[in-house]
Amino acid sequence: MIPVLLIVVPLVCGLVGFLFRSERAARGWALLASLVTLAVSLWGLTLQKGSTLLHHSSAWLPDLGSRFSVGLDGLSTILSLLVAVAFPLIFISTWRTEYRRAWNFYALMLLSQAGLMGVFVATDALLFYFFWELALIPVYFLCSQWGGERRIQVTFKFFVYTFVGSLLMLVGLIWIYWHTPDHSFSMESFYAMHTRINSKDQMWLFWVLFLAFAIKMPIWPLHTWQPDTYEQAPTATTMVLSALMVKMGLFGLLRWLAPIVPEATWAWGDTVSVACIIGMVYASLIAIRQDDLKRLVAYSSIAHMGLMCLAVFATTSIGMQGVMVQMFNHGINILGMWIVVELIERKTGTRKISQLGGLAQKAPGLAILLVVVALANIALPLTNAFVGEFLMFTGVFTSTATKYNVVFTVVAAVTVILAAVYTLNMIKRVFFGELSALTAKVSDIRFNEKLALVVIVLLIVFIGVYPKPVLELTKATADFILAKMNYKL
Amino acid sequence: MNAILISAIWGIVMMFSGIFTQRKAGIRNVAIVGLLLLLAGNYLDMTGYHLLVMDVHKMLFFDTFGLLGNSIAIASTLLLVLLSGRDMEKVGHNLAEYYALVFFTLCGITLVTTFNSLLMLFLGIEIVSIPLYILTGSDKRNLKSNEAALKYFLMGSFSTGLMLLGIAFLYGASPTGSFNIDDIWSAQPAVEPLLLAGILLLLVSIAFKVSAAPFHFWTPDVYDGAPTVFTSFMATIVKVSIFVGFLRLFDEAFGSNPGQWQIFVAIIAAATLFIGNITAVFQQSVKRMLAYSSIAQAGFMLLAVLSLSGVAKEGIILYAAAYSIATIGVFAVLIRMKDYTFEGFNGLARQQPVLAATCTIFLLSLAGIPLTGGFFAKYYMLASVVSTGKFMWLVIFAVLCAAVSAYYYFRVIQAMYFKEGDGTTEVAPSAGFKGMLVLLAVLVLVLGIFPQSLLGQLSRLIYTW
Repeated sequence: MIPVLLIVVPLVCGLVGFLFRSERAARGWALLASLVTLAVSLWGLTLQKGSTLLHHSSAWLPDLGSRFSVGLDGLSTILSLLVAVAFPLIFISTWRTEYRRAWNFYALMLLSQAGLMGVFVATDALLFYFFWELALIPVYFLCSQWGGERRIQVTFKFFVYTFVGSLLMLVGLIWIYWHTPDHSFSMESFYAMHTRINSKDQMWLFWVLFLAFAIKMPIWPLHTWQPDTYEQAPTATTMVLSALMVKMGLFGLLRWLAPIVPEATWAWGDTVSVACIIGMVYASLIAIRQDDLKRLVAYSSIAHMGLMCLAVFATTSIGMQGVMVQMFNHGINILGMWIVVELIERKTGTRKISQLGGLAQKAPGLAILLVVVALANIALPLTNAFVGEFLMFTGVFTSTATKYNVVFTVVAAVTVILAAVYTLNMIKRVFFGELSALTAKVSDIRFNEKLALVVIVLLIVFIGVYPKPVLELTKATADFILAKMNYKL
Repeated sequence: MNAILISAIWGIVMMFSGIFTQRKAGIRNVAIVGLLLLLAGNYLDMTGYHLLVMDVHKMLFFDTFGLLGNSIAIASTLLLVLLSGRDMEKVGHNLAEYYALVFFTLCGITLVTTFNSLLMLFLGIEIVSIPLYILTGSDKRNLKSNEAALKYFLMGSFSTGLMLLGIAFLYGASPTGSFNIDDIWSAQPAVEPLLLAGILLLLVSIAFKVSAAPFHFWTPDVYDGAPTVFTSFMATIVKVSIFVGFLRLFDEAFGSNPGQWQIFVAIIAAATLFIGNITAVFQQSVKRMLAYSSIAQAGFMLLAVLSLSGVAKEGIILYAAAYSIATIGVFAVLIRMKDYTFEGFNGLARQQPVLAATCTIFLLSLAGIPLTGGFFAKYYMLASVVSTGKFMWLVIFAVLCAAVSAYYYFRVIQAMYFKEGDGTTEVAPSAGFKGMLVLLAVLVLVLGIFPQSLLGQLSRLIYTW
């Protein structure tokens, strides 16, 4: 019941949203819809595990062996919660941004929320694929319609990249479906396949599935769509992309790849890990040299996603849990970063770090909140990211899946230092130092922006100090995935 | 049987209707009534009521697969006439004759979908082709239309010759000397090389008719030169119906030993996908782009001929429906446009939101995005090949080509929504036209969410039968 509502509420509200003709009403409607979704999601949290309200399954395509079945376990709960929390924050923080034909903008945003929810709660492979594509279409329109100057080409590159990936994934899913004994797309049948597919088929299946997820995350060298798209998309959509959509890739890895082709996941682990490591170092170095705030955050996101992917392939219980916790944390933190970037751009009209400076004098409230978010970005203790990254580093370091666990840990740890370099450098040059011509007339942030940032900071500190609830939430799922992967032990 | 009779008779009725009335609306209404009768007659055939019971000496065989193919062809024609009937009036003065030719083509289609003897296949294909030669050249004062008709006729007759030769070879090779497709195959053909040559010649000539590469060279010129209404007719209804016959022929006649010819179909499919998609990318005119896209879509449909499973049969029916509806819709919008280039679509969303929105749904369906019928059509094609356990390379290749196809379909969407311009239609479209487009878009979405609505009956009938 609850997972169905999580999809249906934003879907219906989004479709209704197209009918509005007033910007104010459309914006209010979108916020209301996202708050209702959040309420539903929180209601789901209060229920006992195994409650019948957390699962739903009804006939959809009997001849294809596909059902409309959705459910919430630890992994999907935490990600759907992230989606539910993120959308109200996005709407609140961009409350004053004006869009042409805003009703279409808000309606498409809600549709993308419906698609994302669907991806995270689907427990049927075909349904998962459906939502995987459906989340993309609204975002395509959002970026192409309301983005920056080069939006059309850039968005199209993004679209083609992900479309290639998802079609390959479709081939993989069809192949597995055809080899399930009962010709079914259900998650149980797919999971039962983990001992049935022979090693040779696992090897190529891994890549057709993994490419789709790697493009979405993105993993080096498939990341080239990402900085451009983040830069050109309207900031509200960039938030959706970077805080939520990239998690689809990791989610796919955890739910639809590792438990189904475990042998190949072990076998290719080192290859993927090396790509992750290269990507982390590469993206961190580029981030240091960036002058554009949006691109800086974009590259920093590549580095963070690389670490999470690395931790998945370490295949340790503690690392898996770290990934799931960090998916939530990264979503919250990067949302905070984008809100700040959006504010700076709106107030000063530029995103160039070299043209900014001394903002802390003019906007002290903003500066304080940003520093907390930035500290979370470099995973300082007492922030939420510390919990996640600590678990992941422990996981990678103690990994028995690879011989190179020490090397991986050391290089990955170096990127944390690099993260501190570019993040603190950015704060220094944007918020301190001399006032520039552009920053001289800036005023402090307003109530709505403060509200969004305060909520984020509270979440950061809360999870940083008391991570027990999220850890409990993810424990069972992490063990479940590992049990599927370690079937031979 | 009902459909063959009614379509032939109504073709003659249409010819004479031109004598009794000069009113264009009157003639169109006669055609619509005829199509409705045809649809009803075909439906009665499926439920077991026959207008005429006669011994066809196993020359024809009316199974659900063929009859469902008929239904889709007739229903699509009905949609085409309802949507673009008025544009047919602008082609020339002989409106009644155009409709008559359409009915004769439908008569040929009903033969192609239900043949059981190679002679009937030949007759059907010829009855389909000859009216099409005329329709292609119906814009008499247009040089391109004349050129297209002549080209089509010459190339078409050449392929017909090949087909006859192939049929003769097969007749010679069959142990009992029979034209019936279920008797042709035997483990010990009289002359084996003859049999193989016959299969190949038939493959080539039908590949020509469905514009598969490398026999596709006539397609862009003919589709471009023909009046757009008839291009729409040829690219959808005619093409998918011949595919139904294609599948039938290879399933019944050669299905028991696919090893000998499968590789040729696979190569043709790969070439068609590649050439169709890559060339479509470079087109400047939407009409030519759609011509190449129809080649590319034929490549996907060939996957069904390759695999010949129950899934393939279901799939080709779904593909026929999804592809026809979407293409007819896009063409209907295109006909009304002032300018056929991509630039002509710039800013259409601002001028004509309904046209742009429905057109977007059709294009998404052609690209195979979920929630539209085109997704399940492609899904079935891919699944049918995967189920054979061979040709995984072709499946991967096909999806990569499908990704290329997104490029040119999305160019139209980009032009309509994101580019500035004053692209608009020649005259403001009527409410009825918009309503029909919305209906078509809804059909596309229904096929995309509940393909069961079409396939439910079909799969039960195919498997129980």
